[in-house]
Amino acid sequence: MFVPRHGGIISAMSFKVLMAAAITALAGMVFVVSAGAGPLPDRLSDTGLFVEGSTSEVRAGVLSFTPQYPLWSDGAIKRRWIYLPPGTFIDASRPSAWEFPRGTRLWKEFRLERRVETRFIERLADGSWRYATYIWSEDGQDAVLASGEGIASLTLNGTEPRQYSIPSELDCRACHEGPAVPVLGFSALQLSSDRDPLAVHAESLRADDVDLRKLIERGLVRNLPTSLIKTPPRISAASPTERAALGYLHGNCGQCHTNSSDASVPVDLQLAQDVTDPASTEKVLQSLRSSSSQFRLPGTTAAVPLVSPGASHNSALLIRMRSRDASVQMPPLGTAIPDSEGLALIARWIDQDKNPSTSRE
Amino acid sequence: MKSVAASFLMIVPAYVLMLGVATADDQVSRGKYLVTIAACNDCHTPLKLGPKGPEPDMSLMLSGHPESLQMPTAPSLPPGPWTSSFAATNTAWAGPWGVSFTANLTPDPETGLGRWTLRNFKDTIRSGRHLGRGRPILPPMPIPMYKQMTDADLEAVFAYLQTIPAISNRVPQPLPPPATGTAAATEH
Ligand code: HEC
Repeated sequence: MFVPRHGGIISAMSFKVLMAAAITALAGMVFVVSAGAGPLPDRLSDTGLFVEGSTSEVRAGVLSFTPQYPLWSDGAIKRRWIYLPPGTFIDASRPSAWEFPRGTRLWKEFRLERRVETRFIERLADGSWRYATYIWSEDGQDAVLASGEGIASLTLNGTEPRQYSIPSELDCRACHEGPAVPVLGFSALQLSSDRDPLAVHAESLRADDVDLRKLIERGLVRNLPTSLIKTPPRISAASPTERAALGYLHGNCGQCHTNSSDASVPVDLQLAQDVTDPASTEKVLQSLRSSSSQFRLPGTTAAVPLVSPGASHNSALLIRMRSRDASVQMPPLGTAIPDSEGLALIARWIDQDKNPSTSRE
Repeated sequence: MKSVAASFLMIVPAYVLMLGVATADDQVSRGKYLVTIAACNDCHTPLKLGPKGPEPDMSLMLSGHPESLQMPTAPSLPPGPWTSSFAATNTAWAGPWGVSFTANLTPDPETGLGRWTLRNFKDTIRSGRHLGRGRPILPPMPIPMYKQMTDADLEAVFAYLQTIPAISNRVPQPLPPPATGTAAATEH
């Protein structure tokens, strides 16, 4: 992201620009803690993830899980855990918007050459959610609570030094507060035991991972419609490539592109799957056909269609996934490196697979 | 000039933060006051040449960069501390971030903030992202300062902006910095 630097042509009539740039340095350090909750622990080791005195051994009762369609995070290796207070369970009566008990905690660890960051979400007693992230020390001893302002560019040393961005609290909310429930990777579709073998960056289940079946068996997920228990959720698609492509779009884009009435996402695009709706795939394909794209290449006035069947190079979906120009890129945050495998899958789907704009007319 | 800027720097946030909560009745007039002293017009109302030099064209109040004003390619500047250029209207800005065009803040539903909710407006200013979730808002929009406004102040500013005359003006999308060469896009 750009920091304004105005050593530029500043005239008397615009000195406030200079002022604005100067004030960048004074940008607020406001980190709102929800009313009624104690402050966030300063150290990850005090959030209840690990057994006392350890920063690697996960506490009993903290469950590990692996969604089938992971979000692209610039190649970071991720691990995820959930904790539900004793005696509580997730109410899945709304299968696409699970109700998590108060006191639910989730962690997501990001590892490059070493552990870099562990993000933390917690549901408080008043029903609200809070978001934080902990940055690991270089020696891996512990991770320390990051400022709610985030860090635009953290330098990571190692054999391949790189810049890494720590999200601000508002960045957390930008992605997590789009859907009805802010927990994104822990859902009926993501934890389904009918896992997609072609999912991009698929991680195999770990021995101690919980999936939908285990959660139901242990009574930790209740009230899921029996049809979804009998037949684990799966994206309906005309081909295996399409299934993986729609899964990728669900996992990476569906948190914002829900085609809700939400004015904060100006394109009427639905990329999220709804496990209760048999027409879910059709709705996604339909919205890719009919949503109006505002996207224009520089110097041109005609909008590039979202998907041009057979022509991924002329599809805003792919152009914006590939771009890392801040004004163009999708997703707009959380990534600085395009996902070559994801791009290849979506390009194959648009170019070769069943023509997405006519296959279901 | 530095000292002018410095004193402004201290006075504006003080005023904005300390004037307290307006009653519902004068929320709009307080919003008008805040928009005035926070200088939104400086960038969002195009300048025209008047008898005494450049002055804001209030017939186009807060409607952003005029769509009819097609800008030629921004001048390339020699290496050194001069980094940015701006249009005579004060509505188009070229710098290391590419070219940005000031937004239409009038309540026109198609091209301005007519469809925005208060939440969209607050999220945009607080996060520095289009609608709180999209692309980063580019310089020189003074997000780092405005995001420190109180809720009441942001509410007043938005309430006022929704009362001003709607002007249909589709502001161009920002252009990327020359090096990246990719497209730019926004959706209003
Ligand atoms: C120094 C110049 C400057 C000043 C002063 C300024 N703006 Fe802006 N503003 C801009 C520019 C340039 C953009 C477009 C940035 C972009 O496209 O990323 C912008 C964009 C915006 C946007 C975002 C619109 C969108 O679609 O995301 C809003 C809202 C806004 N300004 C409101 C205001 C308000 C309210 C004020 C006064 C309190 C103000 N601006 C003062 C330059 C300015």
